Amino acid sequence: MTDLFVTDRSLGAGPPTSHRRPLNAPAVIGGLLLALTVLASVLAPVLSPSDPVKPQFSRRLAPPWGLGGTPAHVLGTDNLGRDILARLLHGGRISLALASVSVLIAAAVGIVVGLVAGSGGERVDALFMRLADVQLALPVIMLAIAIVAVVGTSPAALVGVLALSGWVLYARTVRANVLTIRRLEYVEAAYTLGASDLRIVVRHILPNTLAPILVIGSSQFATMVLLESGLSFLGMGIQAPQPSWGLMLAEGRDYLSNAWWLATAPGMTISLVVLGANLLGDGLRDLLDPRLG
Amino acid sequence: MFVVLRVLPGDPAKMLLPEGAPQSAVDELNRHLGLREPLHVQYGIFIRSVFRGDFGQSFQYRAPALRVVTERLAATAQLALAAMFLMGAVGVSLGIVAAVRRGTRYDLASTLFAVLGQSLPNFWLGIMLILLFGVALRWLPTSGFESWRHLILPAVTLAAFPTALVARLTRSSMLEILGRDYIRTGRAKGLAERAVVLRHALRNAAVPVLTVLGLQVGTLLGGAVITESVFAWPGMGKLVVDAIFFRDFPVVQTVLIFSATIFVLINLLVDLLYTVIDPRIRYS
Repeated sequence: MTDLFVTDRSLGAGPPTSHRRPLNAPAVIGGLLLALTVLASVLAPVLSPSDPVKPQFSRRLAPPWGLGGTPAHVLGTDNLGRDILARLLHGGRISLALASVSVLIAAAVGIVVGLVAGSGGERVDALFMRLADVQLALPVIMLAIAIVAVVGTSPAALVGVLALSGWVLYARTVRANVLTIRRLEYVEAAYTLGASDLRIVVRHILPNTLAPILVIGSSQFATMVLLESGLSFLGMGIQAPQPSWGLMLAEGRDYLSNAWWLATAPGMTISLVVLGANLLGDGLRDLLDPRLG
Repeated sequence: MFVVLRVLPGDPAKMLLPEGAPQSAVDELNRHLGLREPLHVQYGIFIRSVFRGDFGQSFQYRAPALRVVTERLAATAQLALAAMFLMGAVGVSLGIVAAVRRGTRYDLASTLFAVLGQSLPNFWLGIMLILLFGVALRWLPTSGFESWRHLILPAVTLAAFPTALVARLTRSSMLEILGRDYIRTGRAKGLAERAVVLRHALRNAAVPVLTVLGLQVGTLLGGAVITESVFAWPGMGKLVVDAIFFRDFPVVQTVLIFSATIFVLINLLVDLLYTVIDPRIRYS
């Protein structure tokens, strides 16, 4: 029964590729990886073996379980005796939430700009696209540094930086799509029938640009996680004692020679999340738009 | 030239944009920099002095910001060039091998490398390289700026992400070209496979690859900030991170202007290179 339903849907709604390759392995693996981390982060308060922030000096630098440590601290403890697993889980809440919010804001802004630039006049278009050029001319980290230098470090500033770094991609893609789609016959037909500009954009153009937006969003999530942890690593993101994957890495750097697990665990977590989002993005691209490679 | 003229004037505005942000920050800046004029006047003054070569005084080093930055430029350039070389050499050859031997384990290995390269955060990769080659094996120095041996780990760290990207792109670009008729013609008339791949296919696949190589300069400049911090490499990236913590705005601004300018210039160079690689592309 379930099988039938799934097959029906993929035949009805999906492009031919989904028929040829019913299960896209990378997308499934990536999706699972992501879902798992999100779930673990959401359940952090339940899953955490101990407090992620409060130091416990009596158990400093305990190695992971199986490598001389105890099952009480599966991934060991850090330089202040805090449980690494607890910090990873709680850090995931912050990192993933920041990344998701940033992707959403970037997408919203980018889509609106793209739609306006694509369907508005030439001047509006030129203005927005020059703005996008300027944005692209600066490496994101540099831009982030400029902003952090002035407004300081706060989660809101971080989201602002991340979103600012992301909107261009959506804007360009949506704009390009709008330019192609608005010359298609069904759009002209809608015009002839007296549909308003807004209605055409929202009802006819936007739905047809959703596939690339989804693909960009998924890959961008990976970029955002990397960027957030990178900035936190440099001391420009989440501030101690809050747990953040990037910050944990930075703290672990000083203990490389005697406690390698401090830096290893958060790095692997970041890599897995980023890998998951990248795989999901690639898989979605194969599924939704076989022409992109 | 057109591209530069259109893009360049906007860049300094970007540097100054954050200063227009919240009032508390502006007040602090005013105190720091003695900026009391309205923003557009400041901006005018700023632009004028930049064109005179005056980037302000570094608070931290008590020297002209321009000199502080140019002193560090060489170290970053060295690192970025080494990474660029890795990116071009390793990325492109991996991509070619994967495309020519499509579906074999070479392809799989190359794809795997590309996926991993894009997922490992470079700061973590750097730390793990230090752990492996510096702490455990003791083969290579882990930080500092002395000999070519010091360059290896930072360059690999910096290059990993863009190399993976270039490898993937080269692969897909080559695959597309290898399916074309003229490639079949080349093979049919008995050209060596080597000549077909390198002379006929690669040259045609090069334009998109080159575009991405140029755009990756941005990634390199941004990545240098992190990589230089990990390896204590005395370049522009480390300088700008330190400058932030010292609230040394003139230095931060100067670094930003430099990196945007370098990025734009290199991409202009790439645009010009198109005409060399593909004579069909002309600029009027």
